[in-house]
Amino acid sequence: MMEAMNHITWREKIKGYKKDPFSALLLTLVVLSAIITVGVLISLIVYIIIKGVPNITPELFEWKYNTENVSMMPAIINTIIITALSLIFAVPIGIFSAIYLAEYAKKGNRLIPVVRLTTETLAGIPSIVFGLFGYLLFNIHFGWGYSMLGGALTLSIMILPLIMRTTEEALLSVSDAYREGSFGLGAGKLRTVFRIVLPSAVPGILSGVILAIGRIVGETAALLYPAGTATVVPSSVMQSGRTLAVHMYALLNEGFYIDQAYATAVVLLVLVIGINALSAFIAKKVGVKE
Amino acid sequence: MKEKAMQWVFLAAACISILAVALICFFLFANGVPAIQKIGIFQFLVGTKWKPSNELFGIFPMIVGSIYVTAGAIIIGVPMGILCATFLSHFCPGKLYKMIKPAIELLAGIPSIVYGFFGLVVLVPLMQNLFGGSGKGILTASVLLGVMILPTVIGVSEAAIRAVPDSYYEGALALGISHERSVFFTVLPAAKQGVFAGVILGIGRAIGETMAVIMVAGNQAILPTGLFSGVRTLTANIVMEMGYATDLHREALLGTAVVLFVFILIINLSFSFLKRRDI
Repeated sequence: MMEAMNHITWREKIKGYKKDPFSALLLTLVVLSAIITVGVLISLIVYIIIKGVPNITPELFEWKYNTENVSMMPAIINTIIITALSLIFAVPIGIFSAIYLAEYAKKGNRLIPVVRLTTETLAGIPSIVFGLFGYLLFNIHFGWGYSMLGGALTLSIMILPLIMRTTEEALLSVSDAYREGSFGLGAGKLRTVFRIVLPSAVPGILSGVILAIGRIVGETAALLYPAGTATVVPSSVMQSGRTLAVHMYALLNEGFYIDQAYATAVVLLVLVIGINALSAFIAKKVGVKE
Repeated sequence: MKEKAMQWVFLAAACISILAVALICFFLFANGVPAIQKIGIFQFLVGTKWKPSNELFGIFPMIVGSIYVTAGAIIIGVPMGILCATFLSHFCPGKLYKMIKPAIELLAGIPSIVYGFFGLVVLVPLMQNLFGGSGKGILTASVLLGVMILPTVIGVSEAAIRAVPDSYYEGALALGISHERSVFFTVLPAAKQGVFAGVILGIGRAIGETMAVIMVAGNQAILPTGLFSGVRTLTANIVMEMGYATDLHREALLGTAVVLFVFILIINLSFSFLKRRDI
């Protein structure tokens, strides 16, 4: 009934806007900006796919890179290696810090504001600064030279704030009734955290980790100096190797490989779209469960 | 026993982010500051000539370049972003929201090298046709960066706008003004602090962006003379020359990173400050 009373027909709406052209202008601006934003995204994706897909050839996926085939296969493998290495370091540290912040630290703990400030600072540092830092620490100070391990460690610092934030949010969204129930049955704090709270927070944590994978896959500037641009899959993590995004940068920098850069851009875009969709899908599952 | 030990492990993990920031500060400053001292802080910051082969290291053109390009990105990205956040929070039907929101998150996920490539193959030729010249310069870089900061500005602004109590909007509507006016004149002003925090975060993104800017800015290390003249940003200066630089030249590039880092720290701290006051 109420809805029927408040219902305004299209004609009445248009009449209202005619009387109040300023409101009509505001509406137009708001809708236009949304259209432009989405339009830019769609045109970017469509343009790169249309121009890029014809450039995807079987040679681009041969196992070894040479200047004839300009294969991106080693770069794809290196991307997987660097992603796995970075996650090995960043995920446990990120989850443990979030556990401390969400489950252990008491109100008024002086450490918490400091940790929050440094995490926010880390999240705002540009990737080129991370890259230079990684280069100075791992390549020069530790004397590793260009190495995949140095690159992965640099990236693990870079994605740490993302993992900490999403994990903390996931932990905080677990209802206190779970914890109280566990304590009531006689479980200790540690058992409650690992057996009760953490499992219920897994989807939220996972969606954060997947977002972090997306950042690693797309990262260029932070890897250029620590990990270098070698075109092979190195035999050890102490040697240089380029990831897909660095490969694309190198192709553009050399300047003769625009077609191959198009193909690489398609692969990167498809990866990133897939990763984003997966993360959103998992995050949605959490929402349904609540 | 195990309880206590694990509590210490969690605490240690939480301290790693502090350690990381401390290490980053230490290594950058320890490596960059000596060069700045050697060149002379005044010479380094306001010197207008960057000629490494002649031992001239003035990064003023790059500082100006970074500021111009960032300002351009703000002029383009911020109004669009705020309008788009308003659309998402007060104008968007639920079904449409479920499609647009992931699209904007995807915009944040696209690698900067892909943005740079898109700028190089689409935006640069477009600017060439429209305005002549090389097509690379302040305007092109500003447009590209404006798009790149959109998801940041939209995300933070939308959260701030949604945090405004509904009673503001309802009260305005009850006074008889239109939906649009209610949103723009009561809800938006109430959210201005959060929106401003989003803008600051966007500035941080724009000034630190490297791989996209380097593709479209032209990268000439001279003071820009107009909207279409090529510029080199602080970030581009590092990436352009770090590969082959040695000795004082290399140290001067690390000094450039120090200047960039100080800019970022100031921006970050003001963002954290604004966010705290908001709560």
